[in-house]
Amino acid sequence: MRKLLNRSTLCWIALTIGVYAVIAALIHRDIINAYYQITLITIAIDIVLAVSLNLIIGVCGQFSLGHAGFMCIGAYCGAIVTKTMPNLTGLLLGLVVGIVVSALAALVVAIPTLRLKGDYLAIATLGFSEIIRIIVLNLEITNGAAGLTNIPKMTNWTIAYIAIVVSLIIIVNFGRSSSGRACISIREDEIAAEAMGINLTKYKCIAFIIGAALASVAGGLYASYFRVIKPELFNFNKSVDVLIIVVFGGIGSITGSVIAGVLLGLITLALQSFAQVRMILYAVAIVAIMIFRPEGLLGTSEFTFSGLFKRFKKGGVKHVDSNNA
Amino acid sequence: MLQFLQQIINGLSLGSIYALVALGYTMVYGIIKLINFAHGDIYMLGAYIGYICIAYLNLPFSVALIASMVLCALIGVLIEKVAYKPLRHATRIAALITAIGVSYLLQNVTQTVMGSNVRSYPSVLSDAMIEFAGLRISHQQLYIFIITIVLMCALQYIVKFTKMGRAMRAVSVDSDAARLMGINVDRTISITFAIGSALAGAAGIMVGVYYNTINPLMGSVPGLKAFIAAVFGGIGIIPGAMLGGFAIGIIETLVIGYGSSLYKDAVVYAILILILILKPSGLLGKNRKEKV
Amino acid sequence: MSILTMRNVTRLFGGLAAVSDANLYLNEGELVGLIGPNGAGKTTLFNLITGVYEPSKGEICLEHNGEMVQIGGKEPYKISQLGISRTFQNIRLFKSMTVLDNLLVAMHKNCKYSIVSGILRLPSFFTHEEAMRKEAMHILEFVGLDKFAEDQARNLSYGEQRKLEIARALATHPKLLFLDEPAAGMNPQETAELTELIHKIRDEFHVTILLIEHDMSLVMNLCERIYVLDYGRLIANGTPEEIKHNKRVIEAYLGEEV
Repeated sequence: MRKLLNRSTLCWIALTIGVYAVIAALIHRDIINAYYQITLITIAIDIVLAVSLNLIIGVCGQFSLGHAGFMCIGAYCGAIVTKTMPNLTGLLLGLVVGIVVSALAALVVAIPTLRLKGDYLAIATLGFSEIIRIIVLNLEITNGAAGLTNIPKMTNWTIAYIAIVVSLIIIVNFGRSSSGRACISIREDEIAAEAMGINLTKYKCIAFIIGAALASVAGGLYASYFRVIKPELFNFNKSVDVLIIVVFGGIGSITGSVIAGVLLGLITLALQSFAQVRMILYAVAIVAIMIFRPEGLLGTSEFTFSGLFKRFKKGGVKHVDSNNA
Repeated sequence: MLQFLQQIINGLSLGSIYALVALGYTMVYGIIKLINFAHGDIYMLGAYIGYICIAYLNLPFSVALIASMVLCALIGVLIEKVAYKPLRHATRIAALITAIGVSYLLQNVTQTVMGSNVRSYPSVLSDAMIEFAGLRISHQQLYIFIITIVLMCALQYIVKFTKMGRAMRAVSVDSDAARLMGINVDRTISITFAIGSALAGAAGIMVGVYYNTINPLMGSVPGLKAFIAAVFGGIGIIPGAMLGGFAIGIIETLVIGYGSSLYKDAVVYAILILILILKPSGLLGKNRKEKV
Repeated sequence: MSILTMRNVTRLFGGLAAVSDANLYLNEGELVGLIGPNGAGKTTLFNLITGVYEPSKGEICLEHNGEMVQIGGKEPYKISQLGISRTFQNIRLFKSMTVLDNLLVAMHKNCKYSIVSGILRLPSFFTHEEAMRKEAMHILEFVGLDKFAEDQARNLSYGEQRKLEIARALATHPKLLFLDEPAAGMNPQETAELTELIHKIRDEFHVTILLIEHDMSLVMNLCERIYVLDYGRLIANGTPEEIKHNKRVIEAYLGEEV
C-alpha cells in the first residue's frame, strides 16, 4: 500500500485535478467560450483515440490503419442508445454497448489478421475498417449515408476529461504490468518473445481489443457532443488523422500522444481562418515534421515525475528517461 | 452468358486502369518498400493535366496522353527527391506518413488551383460502339485496352531487357549490394518513380475520357484499390500487379452487375483480407520466413 | 533418465534435408555439446526442438510430469512453457527494454496476477510484481549483470548481451537450456568466464544444457557428451575423448584424406 501513495503518484493526482480545475474555471468564466469548447472536446476525443492507437502501434508494435472503424462502432452504438434513453445512464449504457461490440469486432479482425506483419497488417486493418463503414452505410438502423441526427448532447468537459484520465490509467498501467511487458517484447522481437513463452496471438489480441474499446468510447463521446454522425466521418482519413497524432508525438510515447493531440488541435484552430490554405499548410507540416523529426516529438520517452525528481537531485545533469539515442 | 461476357469486357477496361496504377505501387514498393499513398493522387494529376491539355490548349488526345505521362513522371521524381529521399533510412511508418502528407498536399493544391468542383471531361475519343456477336465494345474501351497493353509490354521490355531494368531488379533485391556493384541506386529509384508515375498519368487521362468527370479527390479510392490489386497479385511483382488489376476490375464490375453497387467496395476489401490471410505474399508471390 | 528424445527426425527444405534421420537423447542434468562444420544443420536442429520449424518426419518428446510428451511441431511459446528455453546465435534481446524487463518478460508465463489487477493496481499486482523483480535480480546477480538492471539492453557490451540472453533464458524456469554459440565473438578471457558460468548454471539451476559451439576447447572442457552433426546427419555421439579420436569426425572436419 505504501507504493500507492508515494510522491510521484501524489504529483500525478495533483496535476490531474489541477488541469481539470483550471479548464473548468476558464469555461465557467466563458474565457473558453462555446466556440473554443469545440476545439477542447475535439482535442480530448483525439487524445483518447491517439493513446488507444498508440497502445496497438507503439506498445505492441502492430501497425493498424483501421482505428476509425472502431470509433465508428462506438459512435453509432452510443447514438442509438442515447436516442432512446436521453440521459446520463443512457450515455454510459451506450458506451458500454459500444465497448462490447467493438471488442467483439476487434477480436474478429484480430484473430486472422494479426498473423500478418507490418504493411500487410496495416492494409488488412484498413480493409476491415472500410468494411465496417460500408456495413454501417447500408444498414437501416444507422440510417445509411445520411447518418443519425439529433443525438442528445451529453458530452461535456467533465465527461471528456474523465475519459482521458481513465484511458491513460488503463494504458499506462497495462503497459507497466506483466502483460504489457509481454506486448512490448512482441514489438521488440517476435521470435525471441515467442521463444520466451509469450503467446503472440493472445497478447496482440489483448492490445488490439483494449485499443478498440477505448476508440469506441471516443466515438461515443463524439456522437453525443457533435450530435450528428454519418459514415463518411469514419473513413480512412480519420484513421490517418489519429495515426498522425501518434507519429507526431512519438510512436510508443503516451506523453507524446497527449502533447501532439493538444498541439495539432491548437494548430487546426489557428489555421481555421485560412480556409483552403489550411489543408495545404497541414499537409506541408506533416511532411516537414517527418523529414526533420521522423521519430516524433518525444521519440519513445515518457514524462514521469520520478524522472523529474531524479533530474533535480542530480542537479542539472540531463536525465534521459528512455532511448532517445 | 452474354451479359456475363459483357461484364467481363467492362471489367477489363476498368481493370486496365487499376492495373496501370497498381504497377506504380508495386514497382515503388518493390524498390524501397514504401506504400506510396500519394500514387493515387499522381493519377488524379494525370487526369487534370490531360484535361488542361485538351480543354484549354486544344491538343489532340495522343499529345495530351504523352504530356500527362511526362509531367507525371517529373512530379513523381520531384516528390521522391524532396519528400521520400531524406527518409530512406527512417522507420517505415515515418515514410508512410510522409506519403500520406504528400497525398493530402497534392489533393489540396489541386483543389486550390483548379477548384474543388467536379469537372466534365471533353470527349475526345469517339464513343461509337462496335457490336460483335451481341457484345458491345466502345471505341474508348478499345483504346484503353490497347494503350494499356502497349504500355505493359513496354514496361516488361524495360524491366527484363534493358540495363536500367536489370539495375531496378538488383536494387529491389538488395540495394546495398547493388550499390557495391556500381549501380547508381538513387538514379534507379528516381527512374522507378518516373516510370510508375508516367503509367499512373496515362491511367488518369484515360479514366477522365472514359468516365467523363474528374475531381481533386478522385485518386484516393482507386488508388487504394490499385494498391489492393498489387497486393492481390503479390506486391513487388510486376506481372502480379497486372493480374491483380484486371482481377479487381472484373470482380468489381461483376458485383455491380449481379449484386449491389453499394457493396462493391466491401467485396474488394473482403477479397483483399482473404488473400492476405490465405496467401499473404499474393497470388504470384513466394512465402518467406524470417531466418532464426 | 532421458528428458528429451528425438527419434528419426528429418527436416526438408524444398528437396534438401537440413537434418535427416536424427536420433538424439538428453539425460537429466547432462551438459551436452553439439558440434559440426558450418552449415551442418546445428541451428536447424535447435529450431526443430524449440518449435521454430516443424519436423518433416520423426518425433521429438519431452519429459513432462513423469511422461514423455510429443512436442515436435508445437508452437514455440508452448514448448517454452513446457520447459525448454534457448538463446540465439544472432543475439535477439528486447533491445529497447531494460535489462531487468528482459528477464521479467521471460518470467511472464509464471506471472500470478491478472491483467485486470495489473490495470487496477490491486494488491496482488504489488506483491507478485515485487516477487518477480526479486527473482529477476537474483538471476542477474548470478550472471553478474545486476548493476546494469535499469540500463537498456542495447547499451550492453557484446559479451554482456550474450550473458543477458542466458539470464533471460534462465528466467523462464527451464529444465532444458539450449545455448546457440554462447561464446561467439568473445575473447579468451570472456570464454573462460563463460565456461565457469555455464558450469555454475547447471549446478545452481539444475538444468540440462545442450550447446552449439565452434570453440573446440570450450566444448571439450565443458561438455560431458558430444554429438557431431555433418550434412544434416548425426555422425557421432560420445565423450570428448571418444570424439577426439573418432575417425568419421576427423574426416568431417578435415576432409576425406586422413
